[in-house]
Amino acid sequence: MTPVKLYPARPDRVYFYGTCLVDLFFPEAGLDAIRLLEREGIEVIFPEDQTCCGQPAYTSGYQNEARAVAAAQLDLFPEPWPIIVPSGSCGGMMRVHYPDLFAGTEREAQASEIAGRVFELTEFLVHVCHLRLADGGAPEKVAMHTSCSARREMGLAETGPALLGRLEGVELVEQARAAECCGFGGTFAVRHPEVSAAMVEDKSRAIEAAGAEHFVSSDCGCLMNIAGRLEYRQSAVRGEHIASYLWRRTS
Amino acid sequence: MSVQTFTPDAFHRQAHEALENPQIRANFRQAMDGLMSKRRDSFADWDLETLRELGANIRLRALARLPDLLERLEANCQANGIRVHWAEDGEQACRLIRELCEAREARSVIKGKSMVSEEMHLNAHLEAAGISALESDLGEYLVQLNEQTPSHIIMPAIHLNTDEIAGIMHDKTGIARTRDVDTMTAAARLQLRERFMAADVGVSGVNFAVAETGTLCLVENEGNGRMTTTVPPVHIAVTGIEKVVEHLRDVAPLYSLLTRSATGQHVTTYFNMISGPRRAGEHDGPEEVHLVLVDNGRSGIYQDDQLLDTLRCIRCGACMNHCPVYTRVGGHSYGTTYPGPIGSILMPHLEGLESTKDLPTASSLCGACGEVCPVKIPIPDLLVRLRREAVGEGRGNVRGAGAKRSRKELAAWKGWQWLATHPGLWRSGTAMAGRLRGLTPTHLGPWTDYRTAPKPAKTTLHGLLKQRRARRAAEEQDA
Amino acid sequence: MSARDAILKRLRERADGPLEAPESDFTVMTGRGWTAQERLERFERWITSVHGEVIHTSRDGWTESLAGVLRDKGVRRLALGREHPVAAAAREALAGGDIELVAVDRDIESWQRELFESVDAGLTSTGGGIAETGSLWLWPTPDEPRLLSLVPPIHIAVLDAEALEDTLHDVMAGHDWVAGMPANALLVSGPSKTADIEQTLAYGVHGPRELVVLVRHA
Repeated sequence: MTPVKLYPARPDRVYFYGTCLVDLFFPEAGLDAIRLLEREGIEVIFPEDQTCCGQPAYTSGYQNEARAVAAAQLDLFPEPWPIIVPSGSCGGMMRVHYPDLFAGTEREAQASEIAGRVFELTEFLVHVCHLRLADGGAPEKVAMHTSCSARREMGLAETGPALLGRLEGVELVEQARAAECCGFGGTFAVRHPEVSAAMVEDKSRAIEAAGAEHFVSSDCGCLMNIAGRLEYRQSAVRGEHIASYLWRRTS
Repeated sequence: MSVQTFTPDAFHRQAHEALENPQIRANFRQAMDGLMSKRRDSFADWDLETLRELGANIRLRALARLPDLLERLEANCQANGIRVHWAEDGEQACRLIRELCEAREARSVIKGKSMVSEEMHLNAHLEAAGISALESDLGEYLVQLNEQTPSHIIMPAIHLNTDEIAGIMHDKTGIARTRDVDTMTAAARLQLRERFMAADVGVSGVNFAVAETGTLCLVENEGNGRMTTTVPPVHIAVTGIEKVVEHLRDVAPLYSLLTRSATGQHVTTYFNMISGPRRAGEHDGPEEVHLVLVDNGRSGIYQDDQLLDTLRCIRCGACMNHCPVYTRVGGHSYGTTYPGPIGSILMPHLEGLESTKDLPTASSLCGACGEVCPVKIPIPDLLVRLRREAVGEGRGNVRGAGAKRSRKELAAWKGWQWLATHPGLWRSGTAMAGRLRGLTPTHLGPWTDYRTAPKPAKTTLHGLLKQRRARRAAEEQDA
Repeated sequence: MSARDAILKRLRERADGPLEAPESDFTVMTGRGWTAQERLERFERWITSVHGEVIHTSRDGWTESLAGVLRDKGVRRLALGREHPVAAAAREALAGGDIELVAVDRDIESWQRELFESVDAGLTSTGGGIAETGSLWLWPTPDEPRLLSLVPPIHIAVLDAEALEDTLHDVMAGHDWVAGMPANALLVSGPSKTADIEQTLAYGVHGPRELVVLVRHA
């Protein structure tokens, strides 16, 4: 179970860990997340040498390779500042699995210390920044898909919807079986493509059936999966990372 | 009797076929939706987390003292007149049961629901020895009539809908074709009552075996379990060695968790506590009661601190009911006695990773199974552990460890590792991918059979931030 | 080495070393603090939700209620014990009537088919009831054997209102079950049922189709 997290006061500086998917496929979402933090008066440090948290290898069973890559991330955060991650699955990897991954190694203490400083973006915006949003966008029905890692591993089912709830023009619609996985699951989508396809088909249909004109996710894996399916079907519904959505409507 | 066979090494094909079958998809989706909402409702008045904590803790305590408790269970059962037998594996357990049957010249065995007996293929073994074995749980009966195996550990016939069952009842038992559930149930009642009366031996499973009192607890709704354990002159209970609990008081919380997690019932119709055969002066109940304790790989699981958690399971099936993969491919696709998440973490130990190596990967690690498990088994972590064992990067203490090792895949991960530990090269590589985005293939294997291909952005986040820094520096200079 | 010894040896010589047994806190299973009225309401709500029938009656007049139930349900042959006060009172009240009283104090082998095919109802006493789940608890005896509550299509159980307790945990502890379990102890919560045909509930699949609880009030 996710231990109850005691949230710190709003810091002056944070680290931003962009994640490899954001870096490569959704860089604007990373930039928008940084802009949201900066607007709160927080200086955002982006360690240049960040690559990947190691999760794809970790969940595939390639523990040694995952540990080597994770080890390369541990030294990126020397100051005791919070580490903000715009993804529940990478955040979950760093917060929940880093301590296990390095258990019994000489870097165990360092991994645990870093794990304790990791915050998922929406979590940080809600619980630490107490973010207020002045919505400038047109009225719109939006569905949110919270990633399974954010929801279950990090215990953050509420933070994304809470932020959307602060946008005056946005009506948050709940899709059927909202808590069900979209079928991404990292390498799962590749190893079991047909099962994954059946899952994302149901998820994308549920989002449409909820009457959403737009959907957001706080995880780029889910986003790529669901939006990719919607686009493939030439659906009118488009997806976006929640950071971009929040920034777009409030800037 | 030939049985429709599914095997774990054919998971991909079996899942594909199930996905193509709209009837199966609909049957499972509808059933699982109902079960999930019933479970939720049944815990509404409870402090579920405290109850789960207690459940987990009772099971952990039992496992911590397992060898002592098994001896205590044995001693107390014997004191109660229950004869206790031990079997290293399914084969030995089958032989033991067959010999017990033969000693009574039994020709006909009636069975209450027992997943362990499925695990050891008891029916086939008895049939081969000329002893008929008939399932009496209605779902098991239907599945047996249809020459199949159960597709769910609690609801064996969940893959069949009313029309299909109407066909089975008509074709196999000769009753007039009807879709009326009460009529079909009444027909089965009549057919099975004859068999209860005629049976020489009743074989049942055990939900909890209480060491303190030598009591075997059986949870059920139909009454077939009570019939099986009361009507025939011999009752043989068969169970995995992990089913023991220390105290009688340990049973109430586990029972509460089991029924609510399994079917959303606040209680089942019957909770049957057996502490011995017919006593002097009593007028019914079996003359002999036997308990067969089966290891079949469990003591191997027991050796490892992490894998041990697998043995907490109380077989409620909630992990199946909540699994988005199970819901879509159904129980038979797994090709194992225990399907779904619990099967994927248990079967590799029973059958080896050689044949079961795809099962631990058949999960998106969404965590729904772990979230609902009444005894808090960290199923996703165990799935990852078995993936590790399968590719040869675990402790190597699971049967068939390394069965999924692939030089090609390892090389790919090594390449990824090399790149991800050389940040400069990573940056130029990802930047290059952006510049060449026009060349991104529109077909990326199976991904693009269902989705559009993701395209690398023109500029990476690294790149965007670098540009921004340069712009700001220039602005500062201008100012 | 025998299978027993080999298994125990493997468990004792555990590779990762001995395990620590946690303590258990059973607070969540007890201390409901319900009044007698609340207990009764809960019991009735739960057992009727699974198709059980509850008939409130008095200590003195309960056999009249029994006769009414038997009449309403068309019971012609009723199986029941002899010595338990419940059975004795029922026998006395029904003696000379048109309902045939079937003795159960004989070895089942001698009358199995009769029990399965031509008994309409079984009457039993109960040890008590459990409010939290709407359950009855029964310890079958030579006087009231196991099959009496299982084989006939109707099971009529007699429960004294003050024998209702809050939880299973309370019953086990309060009656010191650990001190000596009978060969068979039972919780019964409603008539036999199944949902194995497409989740559709059907009653009386193997055991009784109907469960009638006569709740006797002082």
